Amino acid sequence: MRRVAIAAAAVFALLEVAPYLVMLSGSLKTLEEVSRVPPTVVPESAHPENYSEVFEAAPMARYLANTVIVSGSIALAQIVLVVLAAYALTFMRMGPSARAVQVLVLLCLAVPPQVRFVPVYLMLARVDLVDTFFALVAPHAASALGILLACKAMRALPIEVVEAARLDGASELAIAFRVVAPMIRPTLVAFLLFSVVYHWNDYFWTLVMTTSDRVRTLPVGVALLREQGTGVRWHLVMAATVVVTAPVLAIFALTNRHLVRAFTWTSPR
Amino acid sequence: MRYRRRSPLFAWAFLAPSLALFAIFFAYPLVACFWLSLHRWDMLADPQWVGAANYAALLAPGSELGPVIGRTIVYSAGTVVGSVALGLALALALHRVGRVGHVLRSAIFASYVVSWVGVSLLWSYLLDDQLGPLSALLEAAGLGAPDWLGDPDWALVSLVGVSIWKVVGYDMVLYLAALEDIPREILEAARLDGAGRWATFRTIVWPLLGPTTLFLVVTGTLMSFQGFDVVRVMTGGGPAGATQIWVHWLYEQAFAYFRLGPACAAVTLFFVPLALVTWLGRFGWQHA
Repeated sequence: MRRVAIAAAAVFALLEVAPYLVMLSGSLKTLEEVSRVPPTVVPESAHPENYSEVFEAAPMARYLANTVIVSGSIALAQIVLVVLAAYALTFMRMGPSARAVQVLVLLCLAVPPQVRFVPVYLMLARVDLVDTFFALVAPHAASALGILLACKAMRALPIEVVEAARLDGASELAIAFRVVAPMIRPTLVAFLLFSVVYHWNDYFWTLVMTTSDRVRTLPVGVALLREQGTGVRWHLVMAATVVVTAPVLAIFALTNRHLVRAFTWTSPR
Repeated sequence: MRYRRRSPLFAWAFLAPSLALFAIFFAYPLVACFWLSLHRWDMLADPQWVGAANYAALLAPGSELGPVIGRTIVYSAGTVVGSVALGLALALALHRVGRVGHVLRSAIFASYVVSWVGVSLLWSYLLDDQLGPLSALLEAAGLGAPDWLGDPDWALVSLVGVSIWKVVGYDMVLYLAALEDIPREILEAARLDGAGRWATFRTIVWPLLGPTTLFLVVTGTLMSFQGFDVVRVMTGGGPAGATQIWVHWLYEQAFAYFRLGPACAAVTLFFVPLALVTWLGRFGWQHA
């Protein structure tokens, strides 16, 4: 019974992995071979030049650079603002307004991008900021989730650490970033991982806010590639799909449990 | 010095950047959305006040929003029930299975962190009606294959299948963690009392997994109500509107037809229920 269950789970795991192998294999085939019915499992001959071709057929290098810029800037801005805000809420004297701010932050969690995209688009259009990095980064720079998680981690720290640093004459800014932030590093690292992967993958917001290849990111660019021309050039689309998925799979392979934790830590535990 | 440092002004200075961004990108859009929902506007001429007309049109019998919400509920229920049930089954199978179990878990979880666009492109190829390997495989096995994405009766089912395939690893990982928390002694005692596998699961394990199940249903519902990428990339809402679900409909209303009033009215109508579900999730999880 137990063995049957494990075997069934193994079969399912195979069903989860096989499509990625089909993708990899397809990305190395010729257009004729990738369109053949029935399909071949292993390419008759490998065509790695599909990858250079897809970088010529679309501004993939630009998309890649944009994706790095956008997800990197968002993560960086979020970490700085999250540490500042959480430190203020946890260690600075604010009176009862701290509680009000926390409720406000919680409220922001309940406002998904799908509720905000129309007004934000119109607002940015009015100041001519649609199709800029600003439109992709600024709306995500403050993170309600990050603040809540950082507050939770900071509350677990002994207050004496902060008071000792104050007696030593350290500035509040220095205490926040040099004393407190390193002490909640596991939380910050997990949040950083989550944020980078989340925004690397983001499609909806980027699709709405971009109109040119100047700032488009990989998911939007690669999805466009499929719509290009007549008939889908599946070998190139598969190569592009490898480019968009491989970095995330690599991060997952390298950070395995940390990434799982980063994605599941809003769990009921 | 000491006095200044303790002044609340410092705290507000630290909070200011975040609060300003929340005001601009969270609070203002909510208000603006409500304001727009009371107007007719195509982004060209000036907005025209129409009162509650947008709401009335959306809620009138035979409005186009009805079927959209119906399909969204089908997509959402299918994805949530499917991924919770399959995630639980996988977790029960892989609970305490050592090394092999960990490899299998990672393989199953991987798709959860891959982008929806990547997954959607991959499955667009696999399910293609001309050259899709899946149909070829089924036909080679002597089974017929439907036109997964081109047949209006199948397209939404296919999207539900792809979505379950992508997110099930998340459900599995949370169930595994919850199973880990069940004390062995309880299960041992049940076994000594002569309880069978099914009885133990039904009377002990399932109730103890309750908070996890509630959490997964709530987060799954929220996630699937926001579903967009998979529709946009795989079907574009077609064939014949068969996969037109809520957010994709919103997107088209706003950016294909420039009907901003109805789009914002629909957002306002469903924001409150969605926010309530979010809060239910937080409440259920914190007080479980």
